[in-house]
Amino acid sequence: MIQRTANIIPRTIARILIPAIQVFGLYVIAHGHGSPGGGFQGGCILAASFILMTIAYGLEDTKRRFTENMNNILSSLGVFIYALTGWMCLLLGANFLDYSALSAILPADPVKARYLGMFIIEVGVGITVMAVMVSLFIDLVTGGKHGEGL
Amino acid sequence: MKFIALIATLMTGALLMYAEADFPVWGDPDSPASLHLSPRYIEKAMEETSVPNMVTAVLADYRGYDTMFETAVIFSAGIAVVMLIRRPRQ
Repeated sequence: MIQRTANIIPRTIARILIPAIQVFGLYVIAHGHGSPGGGFQGGCILAASFILMTIAYGLEDTKRRFTENMNNILSSLGVFIYALTGWMCLLLGANFLDYSALSAILPADPVKARYLGMFIIEVGVGITVMAVMVSLFIDLVTGGKHGEGL
Repeated sequence: MKFIALIATLMTGALLMYAEADFPVWGDPDSPASLHLSPRYIEKAMEETSVPNMVTAVLADYRGYDTMFETAVIFSAGIAVVMLIRRPRQ
């Protein structure tokens, strides 16, 4: 198990920084189509906050907040959201991933529906990237045993 | 066997180097991609998708299928690592 650091300084810094990092990650995902950013970058930033939490507070605390099952569910949920958006377009009578068809179920005209469709798939990408990055970090650092790290 | 593989690799490399001479110059405004594809994205991205960020419009809308499998690749990479090195019990 990666131990909680005994020193109070890293823990305090992490406690201040983690919410800020997470809000910034959500901003990068949500504003990805208006400014540089998007699902991949925002997902990595969100994962960085969980990695910082693991380093400062130990693996046990992190896994109590973000369990392994939750991690596996989230990593597949993101791809599912993306594919489901594509299939919704298909079911509404347009091509696969042609978001303008989503205007039938979203409160928007066909052009604005493309904007919203892109937002939905960016959220899906962000969820997958975040969960995969966290599980990669934990598995590689502890050699898969989730025991002593590095 | 290794020697044959080396010869095949070298020949493929030489062929690629030879073909590279026919490529358009880097950033050439007269290359086919710059003549048809880029102007279309630059002019129509805003009115067709209402997304101010052109890069996202290409990534998530015009090339949405590509991005979907990019996500699937990341997902499979993560699952592969979990399957290969995760040891829940000693």
